[in-house]
Amino acid sequence: MAETRAPERATNRGPGRLLIAIYILFAIAATSRAGLQIATKFDEAPVAYLLSAVAALIYIVAAVGLARAGHAGRRLALACCSVELVGVIAVGILSLADKALFPDETVWSQFGSGYGYIPLVLPMLGLFWLWRTRHDPA
Amino acid sequence: MTSAASAGSPVDGILATASIVLSLVLAVWALVAAVRHRAPDRVQFVGLVVLEAALVALAVVAMIAIGGGERPGEPGAFFGYLVTLVCLPALAWVLARMEPTRWGSAIVCAVCLVTPVVVVRLQQTWEALGG
Repeated sequence: MAETRAPERATNRGPGRLLIAIYILFAIAATSRAGLQIATKFDEAPVAYLLSAVAALIYIVAAVGLARAGHAGRRLALACCSVELVGVIAVGILSLADKALFPDETVWSQFGSGYGYIPLVLPMLGLFWLWRTRHDPA
Repeated sequence: MTSAASAGSPVDGILATASIVLSLVLAVWALVAAVRHRAPDRVQFVGLVVLEAALVALAVVAMIAIGGGERPGEPGAFFGYLVTLVCLPALAWVLARMEPTRWGSAIVCAVCLVTPVVVVRLQQTWEALGG
């Protein structure tokens, strides 16, 4: 992507703040789920639980990126939303194709159906928001 | 076993029901405000405080039951949900204060839609019907 000198709109105001709120909620949900699973029954499904932990980390970093705004924050958020979108689609397909791979639920299993498919929609909203705020309208 | 457990659940009473109803009413109120381009109003902030009080009371009732020797079916998950639950209205309050626009109301709406789900999950982890 070419460097543009045009000022960017802050990602942490208005709808962005709602997006950050939802990212915080998912960060809490994924972190506590992963923490509990890894602490109590890691041996049952290590891949699924590590994946939950990775998802949790991505939600946290994405929230921080959006909240920090600025150029670095935007790039951080862009990376996180992209990885998140690829992750939720890949895990969604894999969890449907090969159930043995993810014997226990993760945030991203079946495209996040356990969480109302919000894990699938959230990175799209994040990318859309980053795209919408790429220039300052003022 | 199941009926006995549900009858004795400390998180399945009037407080839990009141929290769920209040949260949903608040979500609808906040949604209307967001649709009408209104910033979070007094009703939303007072509602969040009342909701927080109800959830803290629910947590206290649960802790008293645990102090009295009762045990949740899945203790780890139960305490995780309990801590999360008590933090939710506070999170909505702080973010709504930071965002005095329609999006502040949208944040209150979103958090108030999540809260009842967490209350129900809390009840399920007390009863623990399987894994």
